[in-house]
Amino acid sequence: MNSFVIGYYALLIGASCLAAYFKQRQIFLLIFSLTLISFVTGIIGGVPALRFITIAAGLLALAAGVSYAFREFLIIIAPDGVAKELRTAPLTAAFGMFVIFTYAIAGIFAPVIAPFGEAEVISSAFAPADENMLLGADQLGRDMFSRIIYGARNTVGLALLATALAFIAGALAGLLAATKGGWFDQFMGRAADVIMSIPSLIFALLMLSIFGTSLVVIVVVIALIYSPRVFRLTRAVAGNVVVMDYIEAAKLRGEGTWYLIRKEILPNSTAPLIAEFGLEFCFVFLLIAGLSFLGLGIQPPTADWGSMVRENATLISFGELTPLIPAAAIALLTVAVNFVVDWMLFRSSGLKEV
Amino acid sequence: MVPRKEVLLEVKDLRIEGYSDEQWVEIVHGVDLTLHKGEVLGLIGESGAGKSTIGLASMGFARDGCRISGGSIEFDGMELTTTPESDLRALRGSRIAYVAQSAAASFNPAHRIIDQHTEAPIQYRIQKRVEAQEDAMELYHRLRLPNPNEIGFRYPHQVSGGQLQRAMTAMAMACRPDLIIFDEPTTALDVTTQIEVLAAIRDIVDQFNTAAIYITHDLAVVAQMADTIKVLLKGEEVEEAPTEQMLDSPSEDYTKSLWAVRSFKRPQKDRPAAADAVPIVSVKNVDAAYGKIQVLDDVSFDIYAGMTVAVVGESGSGKSTTARCITGLLPPTKGEILFNGESLPPRYQDRSKDQLRQAQMIYQMADTALNPKIRISEIIGRPAQFYGNLHGAELKNRVDELLDLIELDPAKFYNRFPPELSGGQKQRIGIARALAAEPSFIICDEVTSALDQLVAEGILKLLDKLQEDLNLAYMFITHDLATVRSIADEVVVMQKGKVVEQGPKDKMFTPPHHPYTDLLLSSVPEMDPNWLTTLLEERGTDSIGEAAKV
Repeated sequence: MNSFVIGYYALLIGASCLAAYFKQRQIFLLIFSLTLISFVTGIIGGVPALRFITIAAGLLALAAGVSYAFREFLIIIAPDGVAKELRTAPLTAAFGMFVIFTYAIAGIFAPVIAPFGEAEVISSAFAPADENMLLGADQLGRDMFSRIIYGARNTVGLALLATALAFIAGALAGLLAATKGGWFDQFMGRAADVIMSIPSLIFALLMLSIFGTSLVVIVVVIALIYSPRVFRLTRAVAGNVVVMDYIEAAKLRGEGTWYLIRKEILPNSTAPLIAEFGLEFCFVFLLIAGLSFLGLGIQPPTADWGSMVRENATLISFGELTPLIPAAAIALLTVAVNFVVDWMLFRSSGLKEV
Repeated sequence: MVPRKEVLLEVKDLRIEGYSDEQWVEIVHGVDLTLHKGEVLGLIGESGAGKSTIGLASMGFARDGCRISGGSIEFDGMELTTTPESDLRALRGSRIAYVAQSAAASFNPAHRIIDQHTEAPIQYRIQKRVEAQEDAMELYHRLRLPNPNEIGFRYPHQVSGGQLQRAMTAMAMACRPDLIIFDEPTTALDVTTQIEVLAAIRDIVDQFNTAAIYITHDLAVVAQMADTIKVLLKGEEVEEAPTEQMLDSPSEDYTKSLWAVRSFKRPQKDRPAAADAVPIVSVKNVDAAYGKIQVLDDVSFDIYAGMTVAVVGESGSGKSTTARCITGLLPPTKGEILFNGESLPPRYQDRSKDQLRQAQMIYQMADTALNPKIRISEIIGRPAQFYGNLHGAELKNRVDELLDLIELDPAKFYNRFPPELSGGQKQRIGIARALAAEPSFIICDEVTSALDQLVAEGILKLLDKLQEDLNLAYMFITHDLATVRSIADEVVVMQKGKVVEQGPKDKMFTPPHHPYTDLLLSSVPEMDPNWLTTLLEERGTDSIGEAAKV
């Protein structure tokens, strides 16, 4: 029994008593169940297990605090209309926005933040972390931290580009199909079915082996793989809009297809499309990381999270966690984007507006 | 004087709040209500008056986003505001029943009608399945549904709207409740079907001595049904009186204005006398079909400049299809449409910009006719920009001018979005959009049927004024003969895709009529509380079903 353990239990029991006194039912249940769990884990795992719980709870509280502060910050700097929407954002969405914001800063200012260049060899292979290198060196002696920062720029940038392209192509085709109907609709629908029927990773591997692994090919192939999903969603959403009377009124006015799409249909289908954009971004991001891991994505020496996991994978057998850091970066961004998307889906599902 | 009967429902100082813009706002401000056993109370008022909210509150129920914030609701000695939810649930369906506006939306399409009917009695262990089914057939018989022993075994989509509404009433009666709440049960129906439902409801309420709250915005309907009428405005009671007294001598100004709505009538105009006058729109021997199903059969009529032609008939009679043929959305299979004597291309895609400009349309549902994501200024401005090629300050002036024309303040409405507007205001915007094209002919498709009577009258007066000022021709599609009486010059009566009778309005409203016209005319409810009784006697009660099938 050291002072840490005594302090640990004293704090938990004191907090649960306070919560019970002020009739904060949920908080009380949370803290007290944590106390009970701590008794069990303390007996089984001893002091290290309790320390782990403390650190995890601390990190969670820190994340919640940061998210809360970041949301308040956004509310203050945003214009009125946006600020009203932001107030409805749950903490998870705020956390997601904070992570995305951090990644964006890292990507945009990579050369300023990173202490070394992404292809710069500065020490021996697999050198351990020192005051020069925050996370140590990789298999060629390049600074791991700098490569992760540059990786944000390359991987995220590429995924954004590919998703945007997939969206522009898919949404345009979907809107046209919904407006024109007839054989055009049928043709696009069947073409989308054909692409969707081929497993995406195998299709990507095939295309990349045929056309080589240049950036342009990667972007185009990924856009091609993901545009049918966007097409189907857009066509379905727009299909509900084109039957409205105001579309009929615009058609009878003699408006062209482009006006109908741009002014009448698109503004009424943006909400689900934005949510879908976030979701697709995650898939594209994972696909690129996966391709890089297989060696067909972004080519060395360009830093990229997927290939970084592969290149340093041998370290895992020595009990080193370094190769998992880029993997964690991928996971964190995916989770963050999904948090934000969840919130947007909730808003666009019409629960808010009557 | 009728002896005082036992009090069934007593509502005192009822207050209900609704949640909007992140705060609770009171929407019903202290309403009192007393209902005796076997009595029918009519609740009337415009939309937003709180009729339905009060109706639901009498079951101790508040919709999502609403809460009962004060007052007491006492049902047969039981205080509903403090009764736990589980007890309330046992009460609903067995002792208090609810009949919703749209029976089609209230029945579950996946189950047979009789299974939904018997669910409550079986659930509450009042009857066994077989007894409950026999009882249901008995009720169907009393409500004069065709084939009462067999109709319950159909699915909701297999019976007509009027029959479904009657089946819904039968379902409400399943547990022989003490109180039924009817929430606009006939609003969505044609006049001819409405009569069947009204007669059925009145009979059944009489037979079982059930008390009822009848919610509607149609005064003539409530006059047939209710013993007492309560008028509501913005969540407050305006006045309450026995039906006859209320109809003969309303004491409040608001009630008087409601009563006076149907008095708007303008003199009939005649066709131009000159022999060489060319009608602005001429429909000549038009046939049309959806796929293989023929919906229009040899339809012909003329519309002259500055005149209003009303096209009337039940739903499914081909009124709107005729409009679709004129606009070119549905090319006719035979016949042609002449515009100022010139033949129009059958498809709208083949018509010139000027031909499209000349004929505009105003829609029934202003909600779906205006794009919710576009500002009013652009909705109205676009046709002016598109046809008139106006830009910048010129365009803004034109939009302001149009907003003035439809009696909305430009400064207030210029930058708004359609969802921020009320139903009547939206319909006015729809009119302004049609006017922006400077047309000579406008098709009005049931423009007032989704609106309250006072608002509808405002729209009709506006349309009439615009016709005077701009010499417009209207084709007025409606099933409401009161509207026809007030605004039309000529009437075309349609049934099953054929024109059965047409002519000047005054001639159409004086006998002799075609039997179908006669049926339509006599089915329009009148303010006289004895109208329904008299009519049913004239037609013979058992012939209602057949009369509608003429």
